[in-house]
Amino acid sequence: MASLIETLTSPPYNWYIAYGIIVGIVFMGLQLMAAVMVYAERKVAAFMQQRYGPYLVGPKGLFQPIADIVKLFFKEELRPKAADAFLFSLAPIISVAAAYLAFAPIPFGAPTTFFGLLDDADAISLQVADVNVAVLVIFAVASMGVYGIVLAGWASNSKYSLLGGLRSSAQMISYELAYGIALATVVLMANSMSLREIVNAQEGYWYLFGSIPIPKWYIFPQLIGFFVFACAGVAETNRAPFDFPEAEQELVAGYHTEYSSMRFAMFFMAEYINMVTVSAVATNLYLGGWHGPFIPANYGWIWFVIKLGFLLFVYLWLRWTLPRFRYDQLMSFGWKVLLPLATVNLLATAAGVLYFGL
Amino acid sequence: MASDALLFYVFAAVTVIGSLVVVSQRNPVYSLLSLVGAFFGLCGLYVLLEAPFLAVVQIIVYAGAIMVLFLFVVMVLNVPREDAAEWDRAHPLYRPMAVRVGGALAVLLALEFGWALSKTSGMSIGVADGKPAVSSVGELGRILFTDYMFAFEVTSILIIAAMVGAVVIARKRDE
Repeated sequence: MASLIETLTSPPYNWYIAYGIIVGIVFMGLQLMAAVMVYAERKVAAFMQQRYGPYLVGPKGLFQPIADIVKLFFKEELRPKAADAFLFSLAPIISVAAAYLAFAPIPFGAPTTFFGLLDDADAISLQVADVNVAVLVIFAVASMGVYGIVLAGWASNSKYSLLGGLRSSAQMISYELAYGIALATVVLMANSMSLREIVNAQEGYWYLFGSIPIPKWYIFPQLIGFFVFACAGVAETNRAPFDFPEAEQELVAGYHTEYSSMRFAMFFMAEYINMVTVSAVATNLYLGGWHGPFIPANYGWIWFVIKLGFLLFVYLWLRWTLPRFRYDQLMSFGWKVLLPLATVNLLATAAGVLYFGL
Repeated sequence: MASDALLFYVFAAVTVIGSLVVVSQRNPVYSLLSLVGAFFGLCGLYVLLEAPFLAVVQIIVYAGAIMVLFLFVVMVLNVPREDAAEWDRAHPLYRPMAVRVGGALAVLLALEFGWALSKTSGMSIGVADGKPAVSSVGELGRILFTDYMFAFEVTSILIIAAMVGAVVIARKRDE
């Protein structure tokens, strides 16, 4: 037994164990985040509307998400007779797979040895896959998520689903441009496409007027870029005020009108995981990732979780504060405001990097 | 290296089978999706060639943008399942011109592949010897606009020709 533990904690097995822990953290963490967000959404909504929200299941209603999931498990799996059986089942799988995959290249902490499990020399970074084109990978996987929604809309063979699917694909294609240009701006500033290097470029402080320290986060020089990214990110995840694919008053429930039980739950989970992913990308690109004052670098993931939590709260805040846009307003906002703004910002940043070496 | 070879065969199989399903499917949505699958196979092959940038761009541009637009059009137009044309049952020599030209091109392609395979000794997987690995975006741009300038321009002319062809075919005939 003792020798088994010794074998497992020495190279190369300790590395496999550490990597397994990281993958487990990401996989289970995303599921947990989805559940927490369901609860938080209802509690925040209740708070903003001066209600109590869920309070019966468990202390303060904390076990409400578990009750919801159990309920979804036991619901009947319905499929319209005229639906395309194969694609009807495939669509939620694509959605949720793309949502998980998008988190793979996102780092969420400084390299760690897992309390001495690994040698200092080969400390492992808190990240599933360190890709040197991580920014592009996230962009590519985000565009894969569209397939889940479009196919769900088409395969259901229902007018509301089809309209919801078409709307969402039009919306995602329109906002992907601004999203991509906002990403490119940060890539220009950090001179790298690896998220790890982008985060590390934001370590340290700038000194305003030579004395006041402000963290070297890209949100300060890139305020416009952050605005564009935030708008496009909210639109990409189909959240209010851009939640057209599922505008209840017009489209029943949009692309998932015909879905029930776990298939519906998969769409639901994909939406929340996408919110977490977009917030995590924003944290890494604009808010300095795991860098921040007061907390030692080894525990940087605490900063990451704080920033992530704040951005996720902003999502809920927006939903219960802003009314939904009109569809033509959405399109003109995307093409006539965000895209030119992002392009001008990109050009200005390029000039700044070229002439001042920011 | 053994696992690389295995992955190569897996991705190559995905690409080839995906492409075959594209042309053999009668339901346009399914053939479109299998084309996306084929693109993922290609993406895997690019990764094996140590060109991650190309791999990701392949997904962003083709699978992410172009195919979504295709899907959009197929869904909006509600293209019906294609039915087997009458000449499908005729003898190859009696079929229309397009089929004969296509058949001739297929034979030509097969001959060329056979010739190319007979010239290479053994399968080598990975970056070709002596050529630098095109992993960074900067290198890629430099190579594309210097060494492979001619191929690049020829490809763009080919694409323009295809676009013009599509416009001509899609244009309403004045009757």
